[in-house]
Amino acid sequence: MAARDPKRKSVDPAIPRPTMDSLLATKEIVVACGPGGVGKTTTAAASALMAAVHHGSKVLVLTVDPAKRLANALGLDGIGNTEHRVPNSAFKAAGVKPRGELWAAMLDTKESWDSLISHHAPDEQTRDEILANPLYQNISGRFIQSHDYIAMERLYEIHSAAEYDLIVVDTPPTRNALDFLDAPERLADFFSSRLLRWLIVPYRSKLVNVATKPFYQISDRILGTEFMSDISEFFMLFQTMYDGFVERSQAVGRLLSDRRTTFVVVSTLEATPLREAEFFAEQLTARNLHLGAIVLNKVLPDYLQGRAGTKVAEAMKDRAEDMAAALAPAVGAGDPTLGDPAQIARVLNEVADSYLNFQVVALREMEERAALAVAPDVLATVPFFDTDIYDIAGLLRLGEKIWD
Amino acid sequence: MPDEQMTPLLDRKLVFVTGKGGTGKTTVASALALLVASQGKKVLVCEIDAKGELAGYYEAPPTGFKEKEVQPGLFAMTMDTEASLREYLKLQLRIPFVGRIGPVAKAFDFLATAAPGVREILTVGKLCFEVRDGAWDMVVVDAPASGHIIGQLAAPQAVNGLVKVGLIRTQTDWMLEMLSDPAITGLLAVCTPEEMPVTETIELAVRVREETTVQLAAVVVNRVLPELFGRQEEAVFEALTEPGLQSELDLLVGSDASPVLEAARLAVTMRRTRSTHLERLRQGIDPTVPMLYLPYLFTRSHGLRTTRQVAESLGEEMGY
Repeated sequence: MAARDPKRKSVDPAIPRPTMDSLLATKEIVVACGPGGVGKTTTAAASALMAAVHHGSKVLVLTVDPAKRLANALGLDGIGNTEHRVPNSAFKAAGVKPRGELWAAMLDTKESWDSLISHHAPDEQTRDEILANPLYQNISGRFIQSHDYIAMERLYEIHSAAEYDLIVVDTPPTRNALDFLDAPERLADFFSSRLLRWLIVPYRSKLVNVATKPFYQISDRILGTEFMSDISEFFMLFQTMYDGFVERSQAVGRLLSDRRTTFVVVSTLEATPLREAEFFAEQLTARNLHLGAIVLNKVLPDYLQGRAGTKVAEAMKDRAEDMAAALAPAVGAGDPTLGDPAQIARVLNEVADSYLNFQVVALREMEERAALAVAPDVLATVPFFDTDIYDIAGLLRLGEKIWD
Repeated sequence: MPDEQMTPLLDRKLVFVTGKGGTGKTTVASALALLVASQGKKVLVCEIDAKGELAGYYEAPPTGFKEKEVQPGLFAMTMDTEASLREYLKLQLRIPFVGRIGPVAKAFDFLATAAPGVREILTVGKLCFEVRDGAWDMVVVDAPASGHIIGQLAAPQAVNGLVKVGLIRTQTDWMLEMLSDPAITGLLAVCTPEEMPVTETIELAVRVREETTVQLAAVVVNRVLPELFGRQEEAVFEALTEPGLQSELDLLVGSDASPVLEAARLAVTMRRTRSTHLERLRQGIDPTVPMLYLPYLFTRSHGLRTTRQVAESLGEEMGY
């Protein structure tokens, strides 16, 4: 079995093991993270839903890019950045009466950046100049890492407003799962950097000293003076918001390491995403962030691991013809066209092959799970659902699997 | 362009492979490179996100910016924008003090963080440079996931919009020309027959058309489950799962057959759910874009063995 983190407290058997139920009852912020394509959004939504239903809390799920049908189910279609209450009718359709409230919002990066600028800008003129700067428009619209920062920033803003008991955040797909963790700090570094001032100085004062001269020569040659002055204008404008930004991004950083915040790492049991999730979980621990749970999604059913099943499947393959002959009269009883023994034998062979094929996958998943090198407070497993999850009922089905 | 003949994927010189996370983008990129190399051609495969995973697909030690031969005729490298900048300054601009460039590179790294498109242009630039000046029959790019690929492919336009003059500008012009030529460059989108990947692929196809000049060369549908039954056979299967018949079957196999039957039912439902997504994909993608289907691999999920199997399936799908 996996080695436990030595820093982790030993488990007293008298104290009941924490569950997703107890985790969500305790924390105010849950950050769902992990590799792409593992069901992060659904897991975040299901967790928020369960807390609203069972704890009577006012819960917000802040999602990034939900599937269209799920967005519809949450009433998010065309809503964008504003928080929106999931209507009671959606719960009624699923046959539940929530004690609390479920709210949902989507993250619109551009809109969030604009509101952030409006918040920090010292005056209207600076605000308008920044909003119109081509570099700013590019950064807010396209700049990949800005997603990461803005997600955390938005989280901070909502948490500060103290409107919700629990906020569940679905993190944006990042190139590197850690990007959003570093984003607040990186942004603070960025604005407090000496390099930044060094970069702006010559365009402000036209004074270039010997040490920095080569840099400006190269940049002008490569990027053109006009672009360089666009850049420096942009940074000069940003300088006016410098203190606010740095302070804010530091506060965002503090919020992430607050005791009231926990991280839920979502993965499947496939080797590649699982390695990534594992690495991420290790990094959380290394940064003293709270790894609340690992949720393993789309796990194949237990019955696939059974040796009894293997024997049955092998017997079916070995004696398919005999069995088919014996079964033919009964199979063809209702519909004579089904009574062809050759056809029945083919079906038995296919059925047995399919079992044996999926068994290999199920065994591999079992092994991967046993070899998991991190020990979170809660390890939850969600079975493979044969249909997509796109409504409250589906989210509840998933939620119940991780709850206790 | 629709009436023009599509250049076959393997005849292109620069192929970007993208896809939603978890669909097997790196598997397909590494398999494509292996397939091309197995035809006796010289291939460079480049990993953009420096996760260092690509080498594992060939059982090779971790790769760096300098390409290394990982299989006969197949070279692998990992993108490093700073190294790319250094190379660019040295080879293209003949900037003399490359040796003492430390603080300058640092400043550029900083600038690249601040000015969007700079990092992307250094990546695209290196790739275009390899296509133009390298002795490769094909350059395969394990590109960013579909959420980020547009920014990558549209980088030359983005930079052109911001930079009006200067050396970068003259460089983006020829890059843009190369990326816009469907006989040279193509995008390969990897998808699985599931809800989100299909939705994302359809959206990607639209954005690629509207926001970039690169042509979507093909869509790979990965992890397609085998079809267990035809219609008649499914009726036989349904009959077998009726209680009376199932107990007869239990007797014949000498044990409870239900796990095996349940597993088959799961496989049938999975395949059915997936086929509706597959249908949606076919409807949502321009019919001139070829679809390549790769089977779900049960026995192994990663490593060179998997890469080889996927390469073979890919070759079969393209008629080689």
